[in-house]
This record gives sequence, C-alpha cells and structure tokens, in this order.
Amino acid sequence: MSALAEARQVPRTVVCDGNEAAAWGVVLARPDMVAVYPITPQTSLVEALSQFAADGVLDAEVVEAEGEHSVLSVLQGACLAGARTYTATSGPGLAFMFEPYVRTPGLRLPMVMSIVTRDTLSPQCVWGGHQDAMSVRDVGWIQLYCESVQEILDTVIMAFRIAEHREVLLPVNVCHDGNYLSFGVCRVDLPAQAPVDEFLGKPDTNWHIALDPDRPMGVDPLTGGAGGPGPALFARYRKGQCRGMQNALRVICETHQEFGQRFGRRHAPLIEEYRMEDADYAIVTIGSMTGAAKDAVDEARAHGERAGLIKVKTYRPFPLQAMTQALAHVDAVGVVDRSVSFGWNSGPLYQDVLCALGTLARRIPALSFIGGLAGADMTTQHFARVLETTRQALVGAQPLAPVWMNETDR
Amino acid sequence: MKLQARPFFDAAGIPNDLAPIAVEPSPMLPGDWRSLRPVVDRGKCVKCAVCWLYCPVQCVIEKARWFDFDLATCKGCGICAAECPQRAIAMVEEAA
Repeated sequence: MSALAEARQVPRTVVCDGNEAAAWGVVLARPDMVAVYPITPQTSLVEALSQFAADGVLDAEVVEAEGEHSVLSVLQGACLAGARTYTATSGPGLAFMFEPYVRTPGLRLPMVMSIVTRDTLSPQCVWGGHQDAMSVRDVGWIQLYCESVQEILDTVIMAFRIAEHREVLLPVNVCHDGNYLSFGVCRVDLPAQAPVDEFLGKPDTNWHIALDPDRPMGVDPLTGGAGGPGPALFARYRKGQCRGMQNALRVICETHQEFGQRFGRRHAPLIEEYRMEDADYAIVTIGSMTGAAKDAVDEARAHGERAGLIKVKTYRPFPLQAMTQALAHVDAVGVVDRSVSFGWNSGPLYQDVLCALGTLARRIPALSFIGGLAGADMTTQHFARVLETTRQALVGAQPLAPVWMNETDR
Repeated sequence: MKLQARPFFDAAGIPNDLAPIAVEPSPMLPGDWRSLRPVVDRGKCVKCAVCWLYCPVQCVIEKARWFDFDLATCKGCGICAAECPQRAIAMVEEAA
C-alpha cells in the first residue's frame, strides 16, 4: 500500500511533536495549496509538510515563497480561486506578513494558519511566548490556543470547518506554544481520512468573492471617502466582519461538539472550567502552561483549598459570556499571561478578564501574573505561587503591579 | 457602454455586508477627473509618433498632418508633453 493510501485510510497512532501533529492535521484536511517560509520555532512544521508532499502523503501544491509577505499573498490568490489554503509562521515571520495579514479577514478569506508562538524581538529571543500572536489579537483573525499536542492536530482540522462556515468566513489562527508544544513529543491519535473528509466537506472558500472568469467581479474596490456613500459602505463591511466574529462563538462550540461525537475526543471549545464547581478563587491560563497549572490546583485542593482554573481556548472572538459565567461565583481571580500588554502594564488576557468582570454586579480582586516569557518553564511551583498570591487577595493583600513569575529563576 | 463579451456577474445571492466586491463597471473614464489637458501645436508636430509610443492609456489619435488626443480617455499625465522632441505639446489647465 502506498504511503498516500495508508495515510488516507488507516486510523493510527503516531509519536510526534506538536509541529508534526499540525502537519498531520493539514494532511487530513486536504488543502489544495500550502505556502510556507521557515522560521523558528515553526521550521520543523514546514519541513514535515514538504516531506509529506515529497512522499505523496500530502496532495497539495506546496509553494516555498521568498518571504512571509509573499506566502500570504500567494494564498490570498489561491483562496480567491477556490482553494483550501494553509500556512504557518512565528514571531518575526508574522511581523513581515502583517500587510496581507490585515487584509485577509476583511476579504473574508477562510484560511487556516498556525502561529507557533514566539516572543517578539527585541531582546533577541527564539524561544516560546505568546507575544507574537497576542500582538495581532485584534486584527480580525479568529485565535484558538492549544493545550496539548493532540489538541493541535484536532484543532487544525476543526479550524478549516470553522473558517469556511458560511456564517463565519474568517481566517483562523491555531496557536500552539513554541518549544513546549512545537517540540514536545507525545502519542497522537490520527483519525481516518474518510470521516475527516465527511466532517470538512469540499472546500468552500470563494462563493462570495472570487477570481473567476465565469463570475467576473472587481475584488476589493475602493469604497470611497467622505462626502459620498463610501464610509457607510465601509461601516457595513466592518459590521459584517464583527458579526462573523460573534457567529464564530456558536460555530466553534458546534464544531467541537460534532468533532467529539465523530472522533471521540472532546476539547473545551471556548473556555475549560477545571474544578470550578465550588471554587473560592480561580486562576485563568492559556496554552500549554495549563497542564502544570491543573496539577498545582490539584495539589491545592489536596490541602483543602477551594481553588479552580479557567483555561482560555478561544481568545478571539473573546468568549465574554462564558468567562463571565465562570467568574460569577469566585471571590478572587489571578490571570496568567505568557505575554505583555505594554500599554496597560499587565498581561493582555488580564485586560479581557477585567472586561468580563466589569459586566458583573460585584467587584472582586483581580491579579495579573506574567510568566513563561522567552521559553521560561512554568512549573507546578510557579503555579503554587500564583494560587497562593491569588488566595491572599481574598483577605485583602493584592499586589498593585503585575507579578513577574520568572524574575528570580536560575 | 460597450457591449460585453459575457454578462456581468449577478451578485444578488451574496449578502451585501460580506466581502467588498464590485459587479457593475464604473462609467467614469480618466477624462472625467483630468486636471491638465494636452494641446498640440500643429505647426510644430512632425508626426514622429513619440507621444503615441509613450502614452500609457493609448489615447493618441493619428490625424492626417498631426497627432491628437482622445480626451475621454486621456488622464492628463503629461508624459507625451515631456517626451515630445519638438516641444509641440503643452499641458493646459482644465477649466474649474
């Protein structure tokens, strides 16, 4: 049996890292075109894709462009021509991609792009951190953050369905942590090809905007300035984009639910509430740090503490309602960011949680923790400190500035 | 409007707040927003055709004794005037 036939038909288990898991997800989603440019820590992902294409496992045109700006521009053309498209990048690559990146959601192109997260320069750093993905959190892409290697594979597959849903039609970033997920090796279950084909359906990317001689249209014309109908036209498109984002909250939930039914693996779609039933206080996490944080919550629980955890998977659109409900019964919250909001002297996720708290009738202490920058390890000891500091805020001792977790690590 | 080789795409089935697309051609031509107009001095024109070669919108028209311009499509860029070896073309401001 050829490698292609084998990959397409046999459900099986592999042992691989997060980058290869993402590449397997791409194989199963059967895109028509993949464009890539290598950059740490995403490089092994595009190497895997190139290898799969060379071996005939991935039946897609792989374009090795001269830089990330071209990568996304090539894919815009492909998507407008009806192709299912995929790419992946990190840190400086994402920065170089920015111009076509901001156009993609406005054109309502349902692409999928992995961000293998990396701290931004400078200081010089090739290690993990969410600063790159967080810096583009309000450009209009949907952002999903993975906790495990298995979740990367499953989320890449789901991302195509979410993006191409006709009530969403927005590009999706599947974010997975550089180092801890990109190079962390795990057992990963691969679904068979046929049920994935059934789950995703045929590519549906250009029914609404197209480069197609049979449907001649001007793509992205100038809308016009003040004194004419232009600004009203512009506002209508912007509002449509916002509605697509809000629709995505429902579609993400439905997609995760159906994925769970079909493939037997259930991932929390918007947020995951861990031991929150009777929690007095909670910590909020995002990405791969969550595993160690859950262990620390278990330890605190074993010592009689009523601690809980909320993990954010869908960061954009922000699941305001789900977060507000999860926080409704706790008396203090600590938010752990793997990135910095320079304008607010805190983590960016902390700002979002404050907004959710603002919709509650009562006020509770909320703390910002910044940890795991530049690939620093966030261990159960770090989370024990996060939990203890948050618990102390119950009785009034609340730090006024963010707590920098790895400041004294050696 | 000129006859089209095929009908324009009917976008009636696409919600009008999705992606910015245009399915009706604009009737405006470059001449509608020109600020400078080329005027040929027929006495100086030697019909060398340099203006005809350089014009980016191909609006130069051959007459029996000189070259002239289709002012519907001329956008007034002035390349013809700059390139004319005889200095036979002047760019004149359009009336406000």
